[in-house]
Amino acid sequence: MSGEISRDEVAHVASLARLSITDDELTTFTDQLCVVLETAAQLNALDLDDVEPMAQPYPLANVLRVDEIVPSLDRDEVLAQAPAAEDGRFRVPPALGEAP
Amino acid sequence: MSDTTETKQVLPDGWEMVIGLEVHVELATKTKLFCGCANHFGDEPNTNICPTCLGLPGSLPVPNEQAIHFAMVLGRALGCSVEPGIFARKNYFYPDMPKDYQTTQYEEPTNEHGAITLPDGRVIAIERAHIEEDTGKSTHLGGGGRIHDATATLVDYNRAGVPLVEVVSGPEMRTADEARAYVAELRDILLATGVSDARMEEGSMRVDANVSVRPTGSDELRTRCEIKNINSLRSLGRAINYEARRHVDLWTNNDQPTQETRHWDEEGGRTTSGRSKEDAEDYRYFACPDLPPLVPTAETIADIDSSMPALPAARRAALAEAAGVAEADTLLAIERGLDGLACETIAAGGDATAVMKHVDQNLAEGQGKLTSASFAALVSMEADGALSSTQVKTVLAELVANGGDPAAIAASMGFEAMDTGELDGLLDQLIADNPDEWGRFLEGDNKVQGFFVGQIMKATQGKADGKVVNQLMRQRAQD
Repeated sequence: MSGEISRDEVAHVASLARLSITDDELTTFTDQLCVVLETAAQLNALDLDDVEPMAQPYPLANVLRVDEIVPSLDRDEVLAQAPAAEDGRFRVPPALGEAP
Repeated sequence: MSDTTETKQVLPDGWEMVIGLEVHVELATKTKLFCGCANHFGDEPNTNICPTCLGLPGSLPVPNEQAIHFAMVLGRALGCSVEPGIFARKNYFYPDMPKDYQTTQYEEPTNEHGAITLPDGRVIAIERAHIEEDTGKSTHLGGGGRIHDATATLVDYNRAGVPLVEVVSGPEMRTADEARAYVAELRDILLATGVSDARMEEGSMRVDANVSVRPTGSDELRTRCEIKNINSLRSLGRAINYEARRHVDLWTNNDQPTQETRHWDEEGGRTTSGRSKEDAEDYRYFACPDLPPLVPTAETIADIDSSMPALPAARRAALAEAAGVAEADTLLAIERGLDGLACETIAAGGDATAVMKHVDQNLAEGQGKLTSASFAALVSMEADGALSSTQVKTVLAELVANGGDPAAIAASMGFEAMDTGELDGLLDQLIADNPDEWGRFLEGDNKVQGFFVGQIMKATQGKADGKVVNQLMRQRAQD
């Protein structure tokens, strides 16, 4: 894998993350991401067939908790911190389209 | 619009459906998947929320061991291999998910490669059954509840973070009835294992249907649409048939469907486009750094297997064998949880046909205080003609409610079979008192038959056997 990423791809990822960036920023971030990807490409060049994929750096598994109810937050206190609330619910601008 | 049945042809000759189902199952835990908030349907909005399920900075998820256990039990019940699972983040922006990502399993799901065997013997492959968290519930204000015209959206996060298993089938079903049978079977498995209460109407079991069509016998997979908002088995059948017809219409008019999510409109009996967002499929999954992997040990899986309750397919086979009937004729008994009782009653000497008749017609869910011994004794009394069918029903109801000995109950209710001589006398009296009605009966008016039977029942306080009265009346008419 090469370390290249196009301006269009960076603009697409920015829009997915709901980031609005200027043209200058797009240039800067594209250059920076190319460097990051080049570094990742060095790993890809290694022969890692015998190495287990690692999802996490910690040697942990099965960290679980008991199924017991813990008191929840006070609703009024939570809703008081939201920009808008109605009927005990968070009020947000109209959602466009279906949930994914 | 008519209901779906196999007897009615849904698609024109030469076309077949390709149906795959994604069923979201809410697990019957006390708390949510990653926090200690109550997992409880119907509570006041936003009363079961905390920093973790609201996605507040600094909060950390910790998986619920009961949810993980239930998910693995379901996996084994579906014949899956239970493998090490890794949680991933599915990134998207929508107000029902406050963290802006849903924690789910992507490349490494806990359960893979299982199957469901339908009552007719067909085997439907399960591709995966992965663990994920549910989203919150949105209510769209204004525009008559329609999303596109809404003026604002209200969100309740009680459901956000509730543990789910998403059961994904292969694209292997060919009719709406088969899809319904698959969902019914999955529901029975959920109930048998106690993993979920599986209530479609409360949303604890939600079905999305992937539908496409193709020329019969071909093995191609054409463009599919995913149908959401299906709230009952009946809607599932209607939605699939509607969508498949729509696809055939498009293909036969030199057009083709667009791959998209569609919404089932129950009242209109149709699916409508969900206005797909252009980047809806770009979720940028990556492994969740907050959650260590789930690694089931061989011991865990052996424990799950050894405590697995009898599953519907095995129960059907056992009852079909005991009663000498087809598996399809055991479904009601299984649904009512009476298959064990029926097998035991037959083993205790109860006539299989009579036992199955009572299970299907005269008993409801659960056996109450009815035991196999009392059930078998009652069935024998009926076979000997000691009780009329009405009396048998009454005694059966009493056995379910309070238990006891059927002979003693019948005696205490005064249920001794009336001898025919006594009935003859009563009938003579009735004919003498009602000559007009009797005349009409002789002329072939069968409606007055009910009048005579009713009068005799009244006079005997229900002790007479209606069948015997009918017989006596027909005999008289012939004499």
